[in-house]
Amino acid sequence: MTEQVKFYQVGSFAVGNRLLPLEVRSIQSDPGRSNALTSGHRACQGCGEALGARYAVDAAMRGADGKLVAVNATGCLEVFSTPYPETSWQMPWLHSLFGNAPAVAAGVAAALRAKGREDIRVLAQGGDGGTVDIGFGCLSGMFERNDDVLYVCYDNEGYMNTGVQRSGATPPTALTQTTQAVGESPGNPFGTGKDVPRIAMAHEIPYVATATVADLHDLEAKVTRAMQLRGARYIHVLVPCPLGWGSASQDTLKVARAATQSGLFPVFEAERGEVSAVSQIRRQVPVEDYLRLQSRFAHLFAPGREEARAKLQARADRNIERYGLIGPHTEALPGPAEDNPAEDSPHEEGTP
Amino acid sequence: MKEKPFAITLDVGTSLANHTGTWRTERPVYVHLMPPCNDACPAGENVQGWLYPAEEGHYEQAWRTLTDDNPFPAIMGRVCYHPCQTACNRAQLDEAVGINAVERFLGDEALKQGWAFRSPEVETGKRVLVVGAGPSGLSAAYHLRRFGHQVTVRESQDQPGGMMRYGIPTYRLPREILDAEVQRIADIGVRFEYGQRVDSVTDLLREYDAVFLAVGAQRGRRAYVPAGEAAKVMDAVELLHDMETDEPPQLGRRVAVYGGGNTALDAARTAKRLGAEEAVIVYRRTQDRMPAHDSELQEALEEGVLVKWLSTVKHVAVGSILIEKMELDENGFPQPTGETEELAADSLVLALGQESDLGLVEGLDDVEIVDGVVKVDARMMTGRPGLFAGGDMVPDDRTVTTGIGHGKQAARHIDAFLRGEPYGHPARPEMASYDRLTPWYYSEAPHQVRPLIETARRQGTFDEVVQGLDEQSAKFEARRCMSCGNCFGCDNCFGVCPDNAVRKLGTGAYMYEFDYDFCKGCGLCVAECPSGSILMVPEEL
Amino acid sequence: MRLQIEGSQAVARAVAACRPHVICAYPISPQTHIVESLSRIVKSGDLPGCEFLNVESEFAAMSVAIGASAAGARAYTATASQGLLFMVEAVYNAAGLGLPIVMTVANRAIGAPINIWNDHTDSMSQRDSGWIQLYAETNQEAADLHVQAFRIAEELSLPVMVCMDGFILTHAVEEVDVPSTEQVDAWLPPFEPRQVLDPDEPVSIGAMVGPEAYTEVRYLGHLRQMQALELIPQVAADFEAHFGRSSGGLVRPYRLEADGKPVETVVVALGSVLGTIKDVVDERRANGESIGVLGITSFRPFPMDQVREALAGVRRVVVLEKAFSIGIGGIVSSNLRAALDGLPLEIRTVVAGLGGRPITIASLHAMLDRAVGEGGGLEPLEFLDLDHDLIARELARQQTGRRSGPAAENILKDLGAVRATPF
Repeated sequence: MTEQVKFYQVGSFAVGNRLLPLEVRSIQSDPGRSNALTSGHRACQGCGEALGARYAVDAAMRGADGKLVAVNATGCLEVFSTPYPETSWQMPWLHSLFGNAPAVAAGVAAALRAKGREDIRVLAQGGDGGTVDIGFGCLSGMFERNDDVLYVCYDNEGYMNTGVQRSGATPPTALTQTTQAVGESPGNPFGTGKDVPRIAMAHEIPYVATATVADLHDLEAKVTRAMQLRGARYIHVLVPCPLGWGSASQDTLKVARAATQSGLFPVFEAERGEVSAVSQIRRQVPVEDYLRLQSRFAHLFAPGREEARAKLQARADRNIERYGLIGPHTEALPGPAEDNPAEDSPHEEGTP
Repeated sequence: MKEKPFAITLDVGTSLANHTGTWRTERPVYVHLMPPCNDACPAGENVQGWLYPAEEGHYEQAWRTLTDDNPFPAIMGRVCYHPCQTACNRAQLDEAVGINAVERFLGDEALKQGWAFRSPEVETGKRVLVVGAGPSGLSAAYHLRRFGHQVTVRESQDQPGGMMRYGIPTYRLPREILDAEVQRIADIGVRFEYGQRVDSVTDLLREYDAVFLAVGAQRGRRAYVPAGEAAKVMDAVELLHDMETDEPPQLGRRVAVYGGGNTALDAARTAKRLGAEEAVIVYRRTQDRMPAHDSELQEALEEGVLVKWLSTVKHVAVGSILIEKMELDENGFPQPTGETEELAADSLVLALGQESDLGLVEGLDDVEIVDGVVKVDARMMTGRPGLFAGGDMVPDDRTVTTGIGHGKQAARHIDAFLRGEPYGHPARPEMASYDRLTPWYYSEAPHQVRPLIETARRQGTFDEVVQGLDEQSAKFEARRCMSCGNCFGCDNCFGVCPDNAVRKLGTGAYMYEFDYDFCKGCGLCVAECPSGSILMVPEEL
Repeated sequence: MRLQIEGSQAVARAVAACRPHVICAYPISPQTHIVESLSRIVKSGDLPGCEFLNVESEFAAMSVAIGASAAGARAYTATASQGLLFMVEAVYNAAGLGLPIVMTVANRAIGAPINIWNDHTDSMSQRDSGWIQLYAETNQEAADLHVQAFRIAEELSLPVMVCMDGFILTHAVEEVDVPSTEQVDAWLPPFEPRQVLDPDEPVSIGAMVGPEAYTEVRYLGHLRQMQALELIPQVAADFEAHFGRSSGGLVRPYRLEADGKPVETVVVALGSVLGTIKDVVDERRANGESIGVLGITSFRPFPMDQVREALAGVRRVVVLEKAFSIGIGGIVSSNLRAALDGLPLEIRTVVAGLGGRPITIASLHAMLDRAVGEGGGLEPLEFLDLDHDLIARELARQQTGRRSGPAAENILKDLGAVRATPF
């Protein structure tokens, strides 16, 4: 009956655990964490990007032995963290323009290499707008040159800082101020949008990964892994925006969790263009569980919108298929109802 | 740096001047809620409180927390019906935490390591008499002694234990365990007087500053069953009592037991161990109405005990009994059908309930007896000031654990009575119900099952049937506790706050504190706290 | 070292002599030879400690330079025309952040219509950006100005644009005394940034500044650029002392006096056209005309005092410029007017050389004849060698609406350069 006592009541899911040895706990559980983004910033309550940024940059700081330079694109993260006279960043940080973070970071990396200081590492970061749209050209250039930069995209699926407009990362049917919930196909149209992680993979750069704020250990492991490598690396982090998505401020992690557990947001790693690892779904949920948490999808629950919801479920199912998101440890949803008559349960026989 | 351009370049730490705490309309606070296990325990154990150190391998600390409330963990781990497990929130996730198994482990570990209770530091000089050395009396004696009072326990039998010795068979509770846990109480200065039956308390009330009665329900209820002259009929209580003497009773090859409680099962299983080929339980209702515990029934059935449901005994003859079949009417009550059956039986054991011998309070007008039990108030006191009672002789569930709980309650009230002060119960916090938890964070961990010895061996001997968990398994099981309603240091709040507004203290009553200068009141900490130990409260203006 | 060398190559070698840490380039005519040459120098190992990046656009080129400079590296790039416009956001950003980047602008016209030949429209469009703008007259000066630019930039923490006429200078082969690495090492100190991205001393660069402080930031930027009015002559003088030749400075006066007093007419211009103008002026002086030339080397900051001092006693100023501001007229001349405010002189603007149209000695003579002649002089705004007949025909055509299509195409059709009828 003896068993290696490896289970702890919160396993590897919680931030830390008093029963775990320190080296196995997350970086966030360490009171000595960098707090690269500290208190006093002006992010909204429950901001997923603020949380994701601290997670990613603290992990990158750890991986760089504290010698890290960050280049930030214009956007929510930059605006809420550096309004004169206050900055929340505790490490060297540069903001230039909206669309040039990858190029500026490439310049920083080149400078450090020229001066023989490659021990100092470079991280570039931006929102989906700055990465997927306006910064796309520079991103691709950084990838193809294989500049020694880790680029982290905080994807809240829209231009949130300017008041919630559609970006190339906005999912189909989502309400934004430039894809309003009116007309025959309310919200963002189907058949548009970019899958930047896959585009990054097409560049065959050393490392590409997706992650969310809901799974801290996964995100930290990926940043840590990325920091062990050199060359162009890309991590795409889903960060819910309570304001833009119309979700409750305390639901930020819950929403991100539902995104992964429904299959809508696949979590995986790729090296040199090939998927190398996948985080399988733990407890599958239907796409509706995710949609209901956000009022940007509220119009999908009006009468006549079943087809749109079904199309979203089909997208999730396609991800599940493509990346193999359901495995032996998944509590999967029951499959579609089959034509077998209900069988008698053995417990029904006999009387007590 | 030579010279930083004005406004374009900013120094580290400048955002700390912006106290975003002013944005809040509600604030998070750490709370201590009532875990359902604690709430359900009849002995009032701080179950979650002692599981916590056990998880870390601090077994002695766990044992001491446990025995602050209940001195008998090794016994509990064998005979308690663990309502804590029934209430355990974990059952809604996968399976209840095996609290009982861990309690047994701690109790056995304490015996193995020889951990002792601490003697009281101050003697109050007050003298208290406890009548009855059953679970209730022993518990009261233990707690009273810890308060520093001089305690004497007067017991009519030759040995302590009450129903623990004379009602529960050894295959459920080995006597060396019982003796050792009682001895520990004696070791801190409780005086025992055996073989001393108390017939009247009137004089004793003058001799002692307070008296606690815990005489139990020692007699079997005698129902009238028609029987032939030579027919062998005996009482289950008597049977089990006689097992402790040098002359075990002779029951014959086939034994029938009349009744549906735990005593009936104990009698049947004992009969088998005494050599009966067949032991049949005759019960007038159905399994779902049977008062006996399911686990006991399962063990009994595994051992080959048979059950005749919906049956009553009409007549007992030599070598056989006549049973009548019952059927349930539309209200679910059993009604006689008139159909009878003859059952071969060498003896019939009656297990139809127990009664208290309350002769010792006769003559006390202010002590009220209703339905065969003594009425007590919220202080466990009878109508006579200074005369308290508990256990099977007062109205409540009749289990060892309940009795132990009475003993503790009574002891606290007696102590207050002796000091002339009222005893104030601390306010009960809100329940830590399952909906307050965030179960996502608890990883899959199945309940560790205690091994049973094989059936054959069980039937032939009085060896303990249920074995204990080894240390690894006990620790694993303890760690399945979700710490409902109380922080257990998972760091989630510390990690999940987007504004870095949680400080990690590490030690002290609370492991974390909120930095209200910066907390924006977003509620993420509340939502992601696995154990539901954080609540949002509105800000006051 | 004296070499018979193409202008671009001379600039490349001069830049290499300054030991930049990061060179980033996107190709555009007519700067390509500069960066091609630099890429060869770096790749062959002749410039250790330098990283050369081939970027994906000019916007990326300036952005890479920004990142590099902020990390404490000496950064350089080159562009022209459309490329300069493509990087405008970053051009302003570099100036606003105060990063001492040096950039060559191989002056070229801007479309539409697309035109790859020389004029000053590109750099003139960036005169408000906060960059120091220096205009080279010769290839020698172009090479020298780059060396001076790094020193000026790094001392002030401001970016510097060295403008040289595309093709006319960049692709011309002539004798240049190319500054050597040893000479430059002895003259140009290593780059010590006033602010830098350093893990040992972290700062946040690029904050958002609101109404309460933005004006002050911009004013400080203006003051800082004004400091260049003192620094540029100092650097030029120091350069002359070390390298033995005069290059740079704020203005370059030529024969502004006759018989001990100011001349009557001065032609003002920027860049390589000054060579042609000087030849024309020499001829006219030989005929007894009272005429001189004022070259402006530093267009930003604009040398108000020096211009005013040079032209104080002059009667007539003819500003010959290779760009203009649609909707109003001359750019250099309107800057000049501010400097000459209150002086009793006549200012005329002649826009010439747009899109690479040659400025001939004959045309200049004809224009100056009219300027100083009796027939009322020049119009306030004139376009040298404008084909008035073609304009008249085009205007007439537009009025009748006979042929649709863009004006440029129609002009070309009219000239017979393009088929008149559709296929």
